[in-house]
Order: sequence, then C-alpha cells, then structure tokens
Amino acid sequence: MKTIDAQGLSCPEPVVLTRNAVKENPEGVIVLVDAVAARENVTRFGKSQGYDVAVEDTEDGWKLTLTKA
Amino acid sequence: MNLSKNEKAMTIIAGVIMGVIGASLVLFGNPKNMGFCIACFLRDTAGGVGLHRAEVVQYIRPEIIGLIFGSLFAALATKEFSPRGGSAPMTRFVLGFFAMIGALMFLGCPFRMILRIAGGDLNAIVAFVGFVCGIATGVFFLNRGYSLNRTRKVSKSEGSILPVIALVFLVLLVAAPAFIFFSEKGPGSMHAPLAISLIAGIIVGALAQRTRFCMVGGIRDMILFRENRLLLGFVAVLVSALVMNLIFSATTGTSYFNLGFENQPIAHSDGLWNFLGLYLTGFACVLLGGCPVRQLILSGEGNTDSAVTILGLFVGAAFAHNFGLAASGDGPTVNGMIAVVIGIVVVAVIALTNLKTAKE
Repeated sequence: MKTIDAQGLSCPEPVVLTRNAVKENPEGVIVLVDAVAARENVTRFGKSQGYDVAVEDTEDGWKLTLTKA
Repeated sequence: MNLSKNEKAMTIIAGVIMGVIGASLVLFGNPKNMGFCIACFLRDTAGGVGLHRAEVVQYIRPEIIGLIFGSLFAALATKEFSPRGGSAPMTRFVLGFFAMIGALMFLGCPFRMILRIAGGDLNAIVAFVGFVCGIATGVFFLNRGYSLNRTRKVSKSEGSILPVIALVFLVLLVAAPAFIFFSEKGPGSMHAPLAISLIAGIIVGALAQRTRFCMVGGIRDMILFRENRLLLGFVAVLVSALVMNLIFSATTGTSYFNLGFENQPIAHSDGLWNFLGLYLTGFACVLLGGCPVRQLILSGEGNTDSAVTILGLFVGAAFAHNFGLAASGDGPTVNGMIAVVIGIVVVAVIALTNLKTAKE
C-alpha cells in the first residue's frame, strides 16, 4: 500500500496529499501525520470518502491506514 | 458518522458561544462590531507598546493575550502542547505582514468581518466576496502543489516564547508604566474592563483550540473537499452575534444593528478596496494554513511558525500606521492602495515560487 508522509505539513496539505493519493490508489493508502488536527482531518476525509481508517501511534505521531470499507 | 456529527455539534456550539461573547464585549465597552478583531487588536497592541504613534489606536488588548493563554491551557490539558517550527519562517512573516495590510484596508480581520455582517454592515459582505475569492486563489495554488515545507520539533523553551511575551504584555498592561501608551480617544480608548476581556479571550481561545476553529479553513475546506464542519462554525458565529445584536438593540435602547453601507462604525464604504483588502488577507491566510485567530491558537500550542506569523501581523500593523497605509472611516489612503496591490503581487510570487512539482 502506498505511504504518504504528511508529517510537519500545514493545513490542509495532509488532506490534499491524501485526496491525491486515493485518486491514484482507490483501494487505500497509509498516511503518516504528526499533528492532532491533521490526524482528525485525514480521518474525517477518509470516512467521508467511504474508507475505514485505522489509527496507530508511531514514535512521532500517527499512522493512518485507509482501506476501502 | 457519530464522531463526525459530534464534531459538527461541538463546532456549532463553540461558534454560538464565540458569537455571544463577541457581541457582548461591545456591550461591555469595545468599539461597535469589534468584540473581537485580531487585526485591530494586534494593531492596538503595537500602538500600546509604541511601535506606531497613531494616538487613537493604542491599547494592549487583553483579548489577544487571552486567546494565546486559552489555547495554551487547553493544549496543556489535552497533552497537545507540541513545540514545532522551522517551516519557512521568513516567508510566513511576510505573508503575515501583508495579511495585516489587507485587513487594515478593510478595517477588520475575518473574525470582525463576521461581526460587522452581524451588525448589519453591508460593506463587510463586499469584503466577504473578496475574502472568498482570495481563498479560492490560494486553493488554486494548493491544488497545484503549493507547500512551505515541513515543520520539525523544537524545544519547549522555543515553543514557549510567544506565550511568555503575552504574559509580559499582560504585566505591562496591568502595571501601566509611563512608556506604555493608552489611547484617550478613538477606538483604542473603547474597551471592556480588563478582566472581562482577558477571560473572554481565554474562553474563546480554549474553544478555538478544541474545535480547530478557523475563519479561512471553513471556506477553504468547502471549496477543496466539500467539507462543511468549520463553515458551520463560521455561520454559527454570524447567527449568534446577529441575534445578540438584535436582543441588545431591543433591550438597551442603543442600536447594535444598523443595516446599510453608510455610517457604519469604524468602517468605510469603498467597495473596491474592501474587496481587495480581504482578497489579500484571504489569499495570504490560505498560504499560511489558517486565519489570524488560528495563528494565535497554534502559537499557544507551541507552533513557532505561527508565532513568527503573529510577529509579521504585528509589524505589518505598525508599518500600516507609520506609513499611512491603514484605511479609516474616511476611506482608504493612496499609500494603502499601493501597499495592497504590492501585497497581492508579493503573495502571488510566494505562491508561485513554493509550488512543489516533485511527487511526494
């Protein structure tokens, strides 16, 4: 699965990158984020597009796995 | 789905409370339609510490200090205090500078734009259209890969500097030494009692931190992703401030709602420059990742890029009054018009030069 590193990026870049990635990989993507707002925004976006979003803690933030529900 | 519904309800409730507080601060003494205005209040604060000498707009506004503290407290309580920085600080400074030049052309930040609409000031609707166009322009560049690169972790002491400066400003305000300026007339002399302003700022700061409130984000996310959560908060502020203004008008005998273009409090009716002023602010704020309120909130969370943005806004306000760029009730100045045009060009150059073509 394709991994997007959105750590350290300002709003709304993590969601823009996620949107672009799922266009190319509709089956799902992994997104790395390190800000709570980015985690919430990517999760919200994923769910709005019909993905299940699994959240795992990482050393510096979170790994969000979007898979087609 | 439930999570999303809860988030939306939270944002709307926070917006309603912010609207009530925004309208009420006027009742307690703030200038009309100016319960909150980040641009005006940073400008007043710059005047309070003597960075400009426009005598009518000098007062260290406790609301600004409160917003930073409110965000800091909420972030500490939820373990979200996260010192970060290093993402193009000089670029952010310049964007902040010109976001302020645009706001002082219109005479208000996006928050005051909402409060001005809620007070019946139709000039703010013209500015709102400019604001939306500015955001759309920023979104155009976001969709083509605009990015100011990544932040990284910084030390807690680095992340604490702006909150500490806010504390120093509070001490200066309370102690009122001779070198601090206090307007004796004009908008700077009109303010709610210190404690009320400070507490109002803290409440709004905490609410904005929890809900990630952003005046730019609402419209930006709607254009980009058809995501309406933040926009609902924006509308909630507008509706609740409008209702409060009507209630206050009906119960106090003073008018807090005056529908029209002319004779609006601390406003001018030059449509083109109201439009272009907030066009510039909207464009710059999208490139910054959030409106002036959001920058204050992020700086309270330890984000030093946002702290640098605040410094840009602050210096922009001082320049605006030292060089006669800020508009007044009489209308815009020629210097201000030139500055807004330069600002739009500079922001466009920043947008163009920060397009990342490489695949992530």
